[in-house]
Amino acid sequence: MSRPEIAHDVRITDTTLRDGSHAQAHQFTVEQVRDTVRALDRAGVEVIEVTHGDGLGGSSFNYGFSHTSELELIAAAREEATRARIAVLLVPGIGTVEDLRRARDAGADIVRVATHCTEADVSPQHFGVARDLGMETVGFLMMAHRTSPEDLAKQARIMVDAGCQCPYVTDSAGALLMHDARARFEALLAEVGDEAWVGYHGHQNLSLGVANSVIAAEVGVKEIDGSLCALGAGSGNSPTEVLAAVFDRMGIATGLDVTALLDAAEDVVRPYLHRWPKMDRNAITQGWAGVYSSFLLHAEHAGERYKVPVPDILRRCGELGLVGGQEDMIIDVALELAREREQG
Amino acid sequence: MSAPAKVPAAIVGPGNIGTDLLAKLARSARIEVTAMVGVVESEGLDRARAMGVPASADGVDWLLAQPTLPRIVFEATSAKAHAANAPRYAEAGIRAIDLTPAHLGPMVCPAVNMPDHLDAPNVNMITCGGQATIPIVAAVSRVAPVAYAEIVASAASRSAGPGTRANIDEFTATTARAVEEVGGAERGKAIIILNPVEPPMIMRDTVFCSLPPDTEHDAVAASVHAMVERVQQYVPGYTLRAEPQFDPPSEKWGGQGRVAVFLEVKGNGDFLPEYAGNLDIMTAAAAQVGELVAADMTEVAA
Repeated sequence: MSRPEIAHDVRITDTTLRDGSHAQAHQFTVEQVRDTVRALDRAGVEVIEVTHGDGLGGSSFNYGFSHTSELELIAAAREEATRARIAVLLVPGIGTVEDLRRARDAGADIVRVATHCTEADVSPQHFGVARDLGMETVGFLMMAHRTSPEDLAKQARIMVDAGCQCPYVTDSAGALLMHDARARFEALLAEVGDEAWVGYHGHQNLSLGVANSVIAAEVGVKEIDGSLCALGAGSGNSPTEVLAAVFDRMGIATGLDVTALLDAAEDVVRPYLHRWPKMDRNAITQGWAGVYSSFLLHAEHAGERYKVPVPDILRRCGELGLVGGQEDMIIDVALELAREREQG
Repeated sequence: MSAPAKVPAAIVGPGNIGTDLLAKLARSARIEVTAMVGVVESEGLDRARAMGVPASADGVDWLLAQPTLPRIVFEATSAKAHAANAPRYAEAGIRAIDLTPAHLGPMVCPAVNMPDHLDAPNVNMITCGGQATIPIVAAVSRVAPVAYAEIVASAASRSAGPGTRANIDEFTATTARAVEEVGGAERGKAIIILNPVEPPMIMRDTVFCSLPPDTEHDAVAASVHAMVERVQQYVPGYTLRAEPQFDPPSEKWGGQGRVAVFLEVKGNGDFLPEYAGNLDIMTAAAAQVGELVAADMTEVAA
């Protein structure tokens, strides 16, 4: 297996239409997807991720039902893209290889298989099918702050051996400080850097998504994620338009048209935002306590319903060590906190 | 009057599951484990011998060559091994209770549909998440039509073995199907999450069912509570974390309401650790199916 050619110094994957799905409560419409893909494609973005926020098959009670079927959105994205390739997220345990086959039929070129950072051995089945389908493969090691650089590198090895062409340091909680991020990039590069690329997916909960991306590019990470207007879970992702401007200033080639991205963020995405992801009390708490970013809206909803402070819910989620996908436990935590308050 | 003779049974597969099952069946008034069978010498076989149970590393060939055959076999190997063994059990007239994902016989959950399958030559124990959640889906669907049910199973990483990990899709697909076929939901979905937190988390399950707008919430809650008591008869550590939570009908749910049920499944700590409620509920449910089958056999014989 070989890794794909990367045309520039760094390849940016835009996840507005996937991670941003969390912030939009999975209500993306075909028109929004078409407009966004057209703008990203025009600005030179090479990979555009389009899926329910929790990946293929994520439409559910637990994570929120999609307004429009993700397969319809993927097909629309495929039609609009002239140069960009379309990626989908798949979280084993939520989505299946059958979902992947359908996504492939709908036009997906790349799959990003995501597991918790210590559970990579649930992914080989999905990488195997992806390679059989002729898809490019990325591996997301989520909540990367929850394990050591050495162990994260071992998990990346499991993914690469299974057919993953680019394991990612995925900072789902926006919790990695700059030296933590660097140590993980270097550990993965040392372990798999000769045969695979290494990627970075950041969140802005502690405001470090862009800063960590700079370090990533400096140490040799080749694939970096962003979202227009930071549209993503928690306080959002590293903004694609900021990454483009920063890398341009650094002289790192990305092939991106900064002006076109600024226009895309301002003119295409901003008008449809339910809310602009920001570093507010709840989102900062997520980065601080190491909580999966997509818990934010669910925790706000539970806080309102059960009359308990949202930061308390999020901190408890951090103490319990909840991982991505355990959104159901947020209700359980809120009920527990409400009982504790009643009992004084 | 003397107690009826116990029904002889064998456990094939002396791993953690087989060993835990042996510990549970050792307490049975109706079943006597007369053989533990593996294909290589192992600690599991030694543990069985230490308990006075004849054990062999010579596989099903050995088992079927014994002068007295078991009437029930519990299969705790792999789907592939069970597919190979099942026809031989059937030919020998031995009833199979299958803890693997082979799915050769009907899927059973002792608290829900076991009376329907007392005569089946081969029954399948679905999945751990299925055993934990399907009783609740069934409890709700007895009271109101459930157009859609979704279960989320969270298990400690340490309790998920290599077989589960290598084919996690099998868990989601099988459990979803059983939520429909056994639980009674029109459409089912299953999600599994592995959590590596230390100390290991006790198994947790959440069941979401859609409800028509006019559903009587009290009746649903009462049915759920009754079902929890029923499951507790064979899984004492099966508890509700909170009262069932009802959400009003919503546009985002196509005009349906919703009930959410939060469960904890603490294992009995027989051989497996307490946190591994996912494994415990499989062995406990299989033992319970064995009890029901053995009782039926004894009655028929009497």
